[in-house]
Amino acid sequence: MSNGIVSRLKRKKIEEVVKTGKRMDGRDLLQYRDLQIKTRFLEKPEGSAEVKLGKSHVVVGVKSGIGTPFEDSPDEGVMMVNAEYTPIAHPTWEPGPPPDEAVELARVVDRGLRAAKVLSMEDLGLVSGEKVQMVYVDLYIINFDGNLIDACSAGALAALNTAELPEFKVTKGAVSSTDKTKKLKLRAHPIAVTLVKIGSEFIVDATADEEEVMDGRITITLDENNNVNAIQKSGPVGFTVDEIKKCINIASEKAVEIRAKVMASV
Amino acid sequence: MSAKLEERSIVVPGDLIYEGRIRTGDNTYRDRENVYATKVGLVNYSKDRVSVIALEGGYAPLVGDLVIGTVTDLELGQWLVDIDGPTDAVLTVSEATDKPFRTSLDMTQILDVGDLVVAKIFDLDRNRTPLLSILGRELGRVNEGFVIRITPSKIPRLIGKKGSMINMILKETRCNVTIGQNGRILINGRSRGDEELVERVIRMVEDEAHTSGLTNRIQEYLKSIKEEKK
Amino acid sequence: MSKQRKRKPAKTWERIDGRKHDELRPIHIESGVLPNADGSAYIEMGRNKIIAGVYGPREMHPKRLSKPNMGVLRCRYHMAPFSVDPRRSPAPSRRDTEISMVMRDCLEPALFLERYPRSVIDVFVEIIQADGGTRCASINAAAVALADAGIPMKDLVSACAAGKYEGRLILDLGDYEDKKGESDMPVAYMPKFEQVTLLQMEGIMTREETEECVRLAVDGCKKIYEIQKEALKKKYAAVREEAGQVAAEAEFEPEPEPEPEEAEEPTTEDEPTEDEEQ
Repeated sequence: MSNGIVSRLKRKKIEEVVKTGKRMDGRDLLQYRDLQIKTRFLEKPEGSAEVKLGKSHVVVGVKSGIGTPFEDSPDEGVMMVNAEYTPIAHPTWEPGPPPDEAVELARVVDRGLRAAKVLSMEDLGLVSGEKVQMVYVDLYIINFDGNLIDACSAGALAALNTAELPEFKVTKGAVSSTDKTKKLKLRAHPIAVTLVKIGSEFIVDATADEEEVMDGRITITLDENNNVNAIQKSGPVGFTVDEIKKCINIASEKAVEIRAKVMASV
Repeated sequence: MSAKLEERSIVVPGDLIYEGRIRTGDNTYRDRENVYATKVGLVNYSKDRVSVIALEGGYAPLVGDLVIGTVTDLELGQWLVDIDGPTDAVLTVSEATDKPFRTSLDMTQILDVGDLVVAKIFDLDRNRTPLLSILGRELGRVNEGFVIRITPSKIPRLIGKKGSMINMILKETRCNVTIGQNGRILINGRSRGDEELVERVIRMVEDEAHTSGLTNRIQEYLKSIKEEKK
Repeated sequence: MSKQRKRKPAKTWERIDGRKHDELRPIHIESGVLPNADGSAYIEMGRNKIIAGVYGPREMHPKRLSKPNMGVLRCRYHMAPFSVDPRRSPAPSRRDTEISMVMRDCLEPALFLERYPRSVIDVFVEIIQADGGTRCASINAAAVALADAGIPMKDLVSACAAGKYEGRLILDLGDYEDKKGESDMPVAYMPKFEQVTLLQMEGIMTREETEECVRLAVDGCKKIYEIQKEALKKKYAAVREEAGQVAAEAEFEPEPEPEPEEAEEPTTEDEPTEDEEQ
């Protein structure tokens, strides 16, 4: 458990139970844990969401600011997704620079949002080539019990959905703030669904124990039109084409369930 | 000279539990003429002593404890074992096998990193590092079952007076259960259903450890489950 | 420090949120909120929202930081990027480092670190939302989290700031009062020993005001102390009530229950004695 050492016995037992079509916590293979989403529970950020997926607990804050655009898109705003693995979340998580997993988490969530063109970036431009609105999405992990990608993706979508950005006035290239805010408009609602392979079986919404013993993992992000926006495969084993097909099918079903919960929370 | 609270009151660190001279038991300390609690727990006044039965607490290794741990490292002639204590525990080859230690010995044949092990603490060294032994019946590497963890301070409650609680649970559920004093519990049953039931009942004991009549309530619960099955 | 005093007649003076000069903001504390941590607490103090998690005593990594004769208390105060306006970088600042240090110093006197040679107790505090007085709120949460972890403590530690705003001494400064006021003084206190374990101050006050300010803050700490105790007990009271009703229905005598302490292995003399003859 600690030091990242996987108990051999744990692996054996989880594999055995999964083979029978059940999980250690009594769930079916394709069953999510209880998903609770609460929005607008913070006042400082422009948008916020708290997600509890089983014992996994994340807080997502959306904040805005003014920054400089990228050179190749002088009139478009900038969205940045950042994930923080706080040391309160797990006994093996240490304070310090983000581990690789945190960087991957942020990038996978980011890719889903970006590829689905969730934000109208051109609406966030202020002064061409100089000033644009920045949208920061911070994923804050409070307690870790697996499947952070799905929890954070749902949380990010919920938080963005509730975000109200300050409005700015631009006069002769000078940006000044107004007292007004404007609801952030979302053009798509992508949801990430992660499947984990243990032995020859696939499961959704893996716990920390299951992720510890998994052979491979695949995340598929889909929008409300059932289009695939992003895929991330990781772990040391390969998948067959048939397996990938199967995963996409499962993900497209599960994404509908999760999206409904997200939309009900905002 | 007087008890300050009712027997079994819930106390927190710093609570005054006795005024005057008396022997201080577990989880208490004396400051001048008063006795205070050091942990969240239930106050217990006996004839000559006042103590607090801890409701929260990590594992404090004691000689004689049976513990369940994970092998985290293999050094020359010894293994390091994580037993959820303040420090790792040490298991030397001489306490793991009757054969004399030679450097040619493949220690992984006995225990490898990642193995789960049931061991006994036979001593604490000067730094209070627990020294383990797996020489003995039902000690050594575990090959079957799974482990759950509960708050170590609630282990005595799970065992019960002279094993009354755990023996009742074993009788009603037909599972093999090994209780580590360090809060890890090894469960191995004939069916997943049995195992899930044991896990649920152990969680109940953990949640309600501070209540009275618990053994009876757990027994009633197990009986009602049995009735349902019929 | 800018002093933008709004001149108002003394009689109608009131605080920005309508509180009396010696009134705390609403406080809510909950213990045991993190499933993974050995102990934890969540505090809302005004609009502050803070989570504290405790791990340990556990093996220290890297080993060279451990002490052979006693345990080490490590504290880390950290703010979420979205906890303040504007967003801040998640990298720890010099301020975070200092607060982490004074937090450690104010909590350490409450612990029996000599019992844990070579081990570490980690106290991690995450500020989800900041509203002035985060270090005091963090200490309040951390003390409850330590007790929730079952780490032996001589006493809880309670913290509260006092300061001066518009020429008046006030308790528990909110964000605005903190930023616009004349001075700010965070204080932590162990009521059982009547010891101040954290004391910082910045601003301008007369010596008399300074003394009065400490007294005001200590009074605030005493009130918070009671709220902390309640929070720790609340967790058990609820279950007990439920279980108690079940027992009554079944007409159980409060039977000779298996006593935890009697079931223990007969090796208690090896246990570190909790006697402190002083």
